[in-house]
Amino acid sequence: MAIIKTENLTYVYGEGTPFRKVAVDDVNLEIEEGEMVGVIGHTGSGKSTLIQHFNGLLQATSGKIFIDGEELTKDKGKLRDVRFKVGLVFQYPEYQLFEETCYKDIAFGPKNMGLSDEEIDKRIRETVKLVGLDEKLLDKSPFELSGGQKRRVAIAGVMAMNPKILILDEPASGLDPKGRDKILGLIKEYHQEKKNTVMLVSHSMEDVAKNASKILVMNKAKLFCYDDTEKVFHRADELTEMGLAVPQITRVFNRLKAMGVDINDDVYTVKYGTRLLLDILNKKQHPDL
Amino acid sequence: MQNFLKAERVRFSYVNNMENPPVVNEVLKGIDIEIKKGEFVAVLGHNGSGKSTLAKCFNAINLPDEGDVYAVGFNTKDEDKILDIRQNVGMVFQNPDNQLVATIVEEDVAFALENMGVEPKEIRRRVDEALKTVGMYEYREHAPHKLSGGQKQRVAIAGIIAMEPECILLDEPTAMLDPKGRREVLKTIRKLNRENGVTIVLITHYMEEAALADRVVVVDKGQVIIDDVPEKVFSQVEKMKSVGLDVPQVTELCWELKKAGFDVSTEIISEDECVEALYKLFDKG
Repeated sequence: MAIIKTENLTYVYGEGTPFRKVAVDDVNLEIEEGEMVGVIGHTGSGKSTLIQHFNGLLQATSGKIFIDGEELTKDKGKLRDVRFKVGLVFQYPEYQLFEETCYKDIAFGPKNMGLSDEEIDKRIRETVKLVGLDEKLLDKSPFELSGGQKRRVAIAGVMAMNPKILILDEPASGLDPKGRDKILGLIKEYHQEKKNTVMLVSHSMEDVAKNASKILVMNKAKLFCYDDTEKVFHRADELTEMGLAVPQITRVFNRLKAMGVDINDDVYTVKYGTRLLLDILNKKQHPDL
Repeated sequence: MQNFLKAERVRFSYVNNMENPPVVNEVLKGIDIEIKKGEFVAVLGHNGSGKSTLAKCFNAINLPDEGDVYAVGFNTKDEDKILDIRQNVGMVFQNPDNQLVATIVEEDVAFALENMGVEPKEIRRRVDEALKTVGMYEYREHAPHKLSGGQKQRVAIAGIIAMEPECILLDEPTAMLDPKGRREVLKTIRKLNRENGVTIVLITHYMEEAALADRVVVVDKGQVIIDDVPEKVFSQVEKMKSVGLDVPQVTELCWELKKAGFDVSTEIISEDECVEALYKLFDKG
């Protein structure tokens, strides 16, 4: 069963005003449980508007949304459950830290869910380990931490609610390469350990390629495609046309293929590209093997 | 010009006076660097390495605790020269939304010129020329908030080049942009350097952008640790990774092949060079 399903989902900003804008246009989508989905699209393509529907922050102008088999309604009581089920981490989440200590900040979500103190404590310690923070930091004020640490506390606060679906909007933006790899690495680990559904919104094609198994592409308010990572990056020309890109490594292999080299063109990570080239080159050197 | 952009044994600390005793965080630890007129230099470094602090020293936002900083020939400590420095060393920041002040694109570009007391006729000429340079002339009567991120950032750059500075410092100007926005901004920066001779200092976390520069400076713990042409800098794959940075994907690929014993240069930093090298490799075997 699909964990997220939309039927003809449409959202219009400023209906009835001169600034009317269709931000999400007739989107039909089914995302299976346990997927790691990369969400890409140019600025203003509608990707942020789309994901804000999944935990009821925005209500569709028309069309239907089903989360975990249940249709989203305007019923406030039900909406609360949806928010526990779908965790949303915004861009620069460290600006949303507010408690006196990291412990209290991470506890905020679980507490609102009505969990017992023991359960909350257990979850906090588990999540802190998962995001790679020292337990000693828990008693500190979040404002004493470095930028990268703050961001991890903010993400931990949502992860501790153990949502069935975790959505992160540009979790690595503004970080240096090592910081990026760290944050994305811990999200991947969380995904592998919990088997929850994770959606990762990003402008970095390289990051999406490294981490997601499926990619959802939004273009001018419409769903352009939702497919396996290699199949999406196969459509390099169309992606470039709509203001996106494919990873540098993918462009290299596509060009080699176009020049007549007999090689797979479904390469989107350096790791896979290296393995592929070494296989072919080694065979060439030792044809008898 | 002598001392175009130069830092000599510069030390700089941020002091938090809210704490008792005050907490001192020394970010620049005796840094030495010189940038010549007309160069296009990329500055790399992990978060907290001191690269933004250094950039702010060059237009006298930060004054060094020790050592000297020179910009367009003047020592930044010389208060009488601050206006000359600020007009000639423009700065562009990460978030375009924080840099636009007017409600119409051309008014925004004219903002600094009005403050400088430039004649209206001359303002008109410079604003038009700046907008044409960044490719935003058709949008001169639009509202900035309706533009895309890349367009806004180009308007911010136009506001700077209208002042006709000799040098522009850009602090992660593409961090918040989508791939198309990044391509547009990069193209504009290169054009300013090549055609208008503007000196460019580009701080970035994107290695592929740094690969476009004439020279790459790597800052770590408040010191310059590597300073060379991009080919030589990125060929040091292990060292770059050890300081929390990365190399372009094509460089990493060639480095891996070289490690496995194949005859590939590790000084490959562009897509074209990589395609050519790999094609040769296949041809030979």
